[in-house]
Amino acid sequence: MIAFIIQRLLQSILVMVAVAFVAFSLFAYVGDPVAIMLGVDFNETDKARMIAELGLDRPFYVQFANFVGNAIQGNFGLSYRLARPVDQLIFERLPATLELSFLAAILALIVGVPMGVYTGLKRDSWLSRIFLTVSLIGVSLPTFLIGILLILVFSVMLNWLPSFGRGQVVPIGWWTTGLLTISGLKALILPSITLGLFQMTLIMRLVRSEMLEVLRTDYIKFARARGLTNRAVNFGHALKNTLVPVITITGLQLGAIIAFAISTETVFQWPGMGQLFIQSVTFADVPVMAAYLCLMAFFFVVINLIVDLLYYAVDPRLRVDRGVAGGHAG
Amino acid sequence: MATSVRKDGAEKRRSVLARAFDSDVFYSFRRSPVAVAAAVVTLASFVGAIFAPWIAPHNPFDLRTLNLMEASTPPVWIDGGTWKFILGADDQGRDVLSAILYGARISLFVGFCSVLFAMVLGVGLGLISGYVGGVVDAAIMRVADVQLSFPAILIALLVDGVARVALPREIHDDIAIYVLVLAIGVSNWVQYARTVRGSTLVERRKEYVQAAQVIGLHPAAIMARHVLPNVMGPVLVIGTINLAIAIVTEATLSFLGVGVPSTQPSLGTLIRTGNNYLFSGEWWITIFPGAALVIMVLSVNLLGDWLRDALNPKLR
Repeated sequence: MIAFIIQRLLQSILVMVAVAFVAFSLFAYVGDPVAIMLGVDFNETDKARMIAELGLDRPFYVQFANFVGNAIQGNFGLSYRLARPVDQLIFERLPATLELSFLAAILALIVGVPMGVYTGLKRDSWLSRIFLTVSLIGVSLPTFLIGILLILVFSVMLNWLPSFGRGQVVPIGWWTTGLLTISGLKALILPSITLGLFQMTLIMRLVRSEMLEVLRTDYIKFARARGLTNRAVNFGHALKNTLVPVITITGLQLGAIIAFAISTETVFQWPGMGQLFIQSVTFADVPVMAAYLCLMAFFFVVINLIVDLLYYAVDPRLRVDRGVAGGHAG
Repeated sequence: MATSVRKDGAEKRRSVLARAFDSDVFYSFRRSPVAVAAAVVTLASFVGAIFAPWIAPHNPFDLRTLNLMEASTPPVWIDGGTWKFILGADDQGRDVLSAILYGARISLFVGFCSVLFAMVLGVGLGLISGYVGGVVDAAIMRVADVQLSFPAILIALLVDGVARVALPREIHDDIAIYVLVLAIGVSNWVQYARTVRGSTLVERRKEYVQAAQVIGLHPAAIMARHVLPNVMGPVLVIGTINLAIAIVTEATLSFLGVGVPSTQPSLGTLIRTGNNYLFSGEWWITIFPGAALVIMVLSVNLLGDWLRDALNPKLR
């Protein structure tokens, strides 16, 4: 167990170093940071001083080490576009994105899992067919288009819900939340449905196929032969054993949700990190791009790590080295 | 299920392409109404897109034919609509239907090229990885692992962003389409590489490869002429499904404003510009390009799903 955690940690660090290297290369080799920072009017002494100040004359590995050292402390320099510290910009927008993403993930789970169980158990009912057809359309609809359709129906035509922004937010320390005000909650509804819909269909299809697989196994037949109720078989035995892949995919999808928040945030003019990133790509704002990249990588690595550790909690077969093999609690 | 049909074609199998059109697959194609419908729609949208300059009622890029008096004409079935603009006109008097046909052309072009690019890159690296093995294999697969832990859209955005920083603005607009192809291609190669590497590892141990090695063929020749044809089957299936993903990725990037420039609008660009008129009630400017995108992607997806099931006997 401990060996496994250490191995996974080392892998994660490797990924982070690789990403930091990409981010650093962006800084060092793409575009000319000195020219960008000095603007049009500068002479050679200014330029030399700037290069020395930024440490650009030092060897490559020293620069990289400096970059990593600064990055760990959250220091990514100034945004070229807004001339403000990048970490400050990102932390201002972090709560908006995280709140939206987690809500979308929870929505995807609490709707997707029951739908998947239902379509897996009653595979031939007409409701299942409708779910499956809708899910296929859901997979083919790009996120931003779902957002536009929802805005058209619920904001433009019905005028029920706001189409942009976060509504009124309440600051808690450095965190701002929209969960405590009516307008904040209303503003969250459409974006979180938009963002969660794709993952919802994905989770539904996954749970369904896993259920179909598990229901065919011998221990389910045996459980039925023992005379257990359908409820005990379906939920105590079948659903429990579908959860391992569901946890993996949901975990990995959480990362994807945070990334896909980019297009949702653009549609709903949500003041989150995704919008900041898109603007930084449009304006070639390298420090913001690099910082966003590193932060994303950090999220992904942490999520992957948590997913791996959750395996141990969920699947007893993986705990053999502690001698607690097998056994169903249901 | 169709063994009798399968035997007839067995002799004629020469290339991968011939095998893909094997009668067994055609049999299952005829049996599946969804697949036939999807194929018809896919074909229709491809034809519409490719022959857009000849089919489209107007040329949306010819500014002389635009009339601002006709701007924002609604679709024909709504009061004020005319047959001149079946799906309505946008804010500059451009015919929405024509814009969709021309836009689909660019979307499909980017989709196809990026799938092809990802395929060549992924299959090539997968072959080398599986055939050569050792340090090369480890290096390529670690890169693949790292990339796979990121969503493709993020990689594509990053490549696009780097291109934006590295290239001056004027040049960037001219080659934006190729930058997009590169960005989407680079973000999708991993799946091909992993699949091809897996099958190459199996093929490498077979006798025909050993025979080729014994007669002293160059490894590159063995990979290209002998191993490659035997690992291409699954690649075509992944390619079909990835075409849908590539089209959606292109649309998303263009919607975000980092894709093709608005002088050459793809479906995503049309949706982006049309989105501004949603609140003034001109929904047709954005909804019709959106519908066209969804229909195209859905039919390609359905076709890919069917192809995967048809080529994989285990799933039957």
